[in-house]
Amino acid sequence: MTTTESGLFQVEKEELISGSEAVGIACAMADVDVITAYPIRPYDTVMQYVSRLKADGAFDCDFIVAESEHSQFEIVKHASAVGARTFCGSSGVGWFYAFEAIAVTAGLRLPVVAMVGNRALDDPGAFGVEHNDALAVRDLGWLLYWVATAQEALDMALMAWRIAEDSQCFLPFALSCDGSFLTHSQAIVNVPAQEKVNSFLPAYDRGRLLLHPDNPITIAPQANEDWLMEIRRQSDEAMHQTPAVIKKAYQEFKTIFGRGDPSPFIEEYMTDDADIILVGMGTLALPVKVAVRQMRQEGKKVGFLRVKYFRPFATDEIREALGKCKAVAVIDRDFSLGSPSYGGVLFNDIRSALYPLDDRPNMYNFIAGLGGREVRVRDVNDMVNMVQDALDTGKKELDTTWINVRE
Amino acid sequence: MSTVAVEVVYRGIFQKSLARNIVRSIVFAARKEGKIGTAFGRYSDSPERNGIPAKQFAIVADTPEELEENLAVYEAKEVDVTINVDDTMCKGIESWAWYGLQPINQLTKPGGTLIVTSRQEADQLIEDVHEKDDPYDLAIVPGIPSFSGLWVFKDDHTDVRVLGALCKVCPQLVSMESMAEALREQGLNELKVTSAQRTYDRTSTRTVEPGEGNSEVPFSFTLPGWKEMEEGVVIKAAGKGGGFRGGEGGFEPARNETFKKWSTRSMRPVINFETCIKCTLCWLQCPDTCFDVTPDGLYDANMEACCGCAVCEAVCPVPDCITMVNEAEFNDNSSQYEAWTADADGYKTWMTNLIDISKLNERTHGFHHVGGYQEQIANVEEE
Repeated sequence: MTTTESGLFQVEKEELISGSEAVGIACAMADVDVITAYPIRPYDTVMQYVSRLKADGAFDCDFIVAESEHSQFEIVKHASAVGARTFCGSSGVGWFYAFEAIAVTAGLRLPVVAMVGNRALDDPGAFGVEHNDALAVRDLGWLLYWVATAQEALDMALMAWRIAEDSQCFLPFALSCDGSFLTHSQAIVNVPAQEKVNSFLPAYDRGRLLLHPDNPITIAPQANEDWLMEIRRQSDEAMHQTPAVIKKAYQEFKTIFGRGDPSPFIEEYMTDDADIILVGMGTLALPVKVAVRQMRQEGKKVGFLRVKYFRPFATDEIREALGKCKAVAVIDRDFSLGSPSYGGVLFNDIRSALYPLDDRPNMYNFIAGLGGREVRVRDVNDMVNMVQDALDTGKKELDTTWINVRE
Repeated sequence: MSTVAVEVVYRGIFQKSLARNIVRSIVFAARKEGKIGTAFGRYSDSPERNGIPAKQFAIVADTPEELEENLAVYEAKEVDVTINVDDTMCKGIESWAWYGLQPINQLTKPGGTLIVTSRQEADQLIEDVHEKDDPYDLAIVPGIPSFSGLWVFKDDHTDVRVLGALCKVCPQLVSMESMAEALREQGLNELKVTSAQRTYDRTSTRTVEPGEGNSEVPFSFTLPGWKEMEEGVVIKAAGKGGGFRGGEGGFEPARNETFKKWSTRSMRPVINFETCIKCTLCWLQCPDTCFDVTPDGLYDANMEACCGCAVCEAVCPVPDCITMVNEAEFNDNSSQYEAWTADADGYKTWMTNLIDISKLNERTHGFHHVGGYQEQIANVEEE
């Protein structure tokens, strides 16, 4: 049964729901065929909600509770190969336990959509948000998106199937939702009418690559060094093609649903004449925007850039947005121990993207909010003050600074 | 200033330890003369499967710099000596790593030497080996293919005998004295050192002239570019196949065009079409779908597809209807069914002779019939 048949989402309406519930509703509206689940906080909020929607008769799907994350991701990988629209997800070390399946899902060009409820990697057992779990797939061919609001969670989930299942792309899509701040926080969300979703989201067509008795193929035979580079180059090319697919889907989404930012890849907030631009991902946007607004009232030329897609990385847009300011301050909700400048993952990618510019801004890095620790408005103020001091005293580099950590 | 390269071509798994012992001893021996070397396998680990042709190399140089220059390539593009430890591979080899058939002497330098362990005469072997544009030498170390393999090392002295022959045909590599010293240092007993010395004394070479040998053009394939390949690591199925030899009756399955696998074979089934009861068991059980079904319902083992596993022989309920015969007895992959339909009496004479030969000789691996293993074990216990 589809939601059109159940009549549940016939008319557009407002709901008070969490980011996870928003993703769950998107699963129903997208009429996902196969959903696999294995509980781990905070991802489990979405599996609970999806199973309830199914039990309530909102839609029908094969809802399989696997015996582990590894099987959970293996099942959707195979289901995707036979032409099923799929959804799954996990958090923290659960995501890591599925890593064998996760790595090959991208290699086999299977458009699985997964929600990562971002969570600190155990040990210590911690439920709060850190981005290192989802970031671990950054090199493998997964599309990686960081959501900031529950509304965006619903919209981007619908977009995820549209983009991932485009034959130009055929890559898996990880929708990163910050644990607690998105997965457990409810907000007013516009739930569109099913009809609009139907016109936006075509059926998944695997075409020549469909595993079916009428289309006999072998998937993933043994290949040695005389084939492997060509296979990798194909995946690389798919990633090259993906930005165009994203742009097209985003444009159509805006036309049909009437909402969205100017760019699908980044969100710019008060960056136009900014001397200092803060950069971050996910729900961090909220305290940073508040801080930026307050500082603007004090006359400080500060702005914020939210990176939405970490993969594909929007090199051109980010250069354009950051190329003219004096200083860029990246706030990483992740760590990359022993990396260049002992900086975060986002910081080092941003710095790398800006390197070819003739007139590069100074780059500063802050590690903040690990394990779900609050990033306060006054922390953001402190960061900006540190950057301003560095600019005033001509320091091109500061040691990567851990914010709000007890000495 | 010089570098000497040696390759050992062997059958995967079965002869891996043998090949490894040979290349390591070469490097040890050269070290005795102050040279430096390296021994390495290509496809001697996980892609290696039972019987699949594989290689190990030994490179020996006067200086570390010269050695590095030779190691900067994935594998040697030419070698001073090719050692083949299973004469059935003289027909050419195909592995997971090479697309198409590689002549056994492909890497042998002009004026280099091909050493083969074999019971065949030089002229018989040369019929199998593909012709080259330049002359090279052939040396034979008498013996059957040694299956001193993975689980047990059946010590038949093949390793040291090959090394003795190598010192004789390639004195610039290492002297027999240094080799003997190296063998002793590795803890081998005096009997093995004597075996090496005897083979050294007895080995002679015969020059193979340009144009002498098998004139067949080895099959080969062009690897596709990434834009031509199907995406998603997807390979199209070979298809279903059709009638026997393209006709109406019978059935011939479609087969992989880029990997024929037959060089994996060290023996092949010989079929008595007159006693066949058409029970279908060979056709059903063959793991490589190698049997073509003839219009009259007989089963013709296709020698382009047969890997020589002997499952057909094991499942055949009729005595001597399918008999595995050493691959060295054959010079081509032609159809037995076609030979039988052309001349039934001639075929019967040929077949009976081959079955007799097969039964006279102990097999390199496997047994003539189900229960052979138990019989051999019982014999060993009696002894």
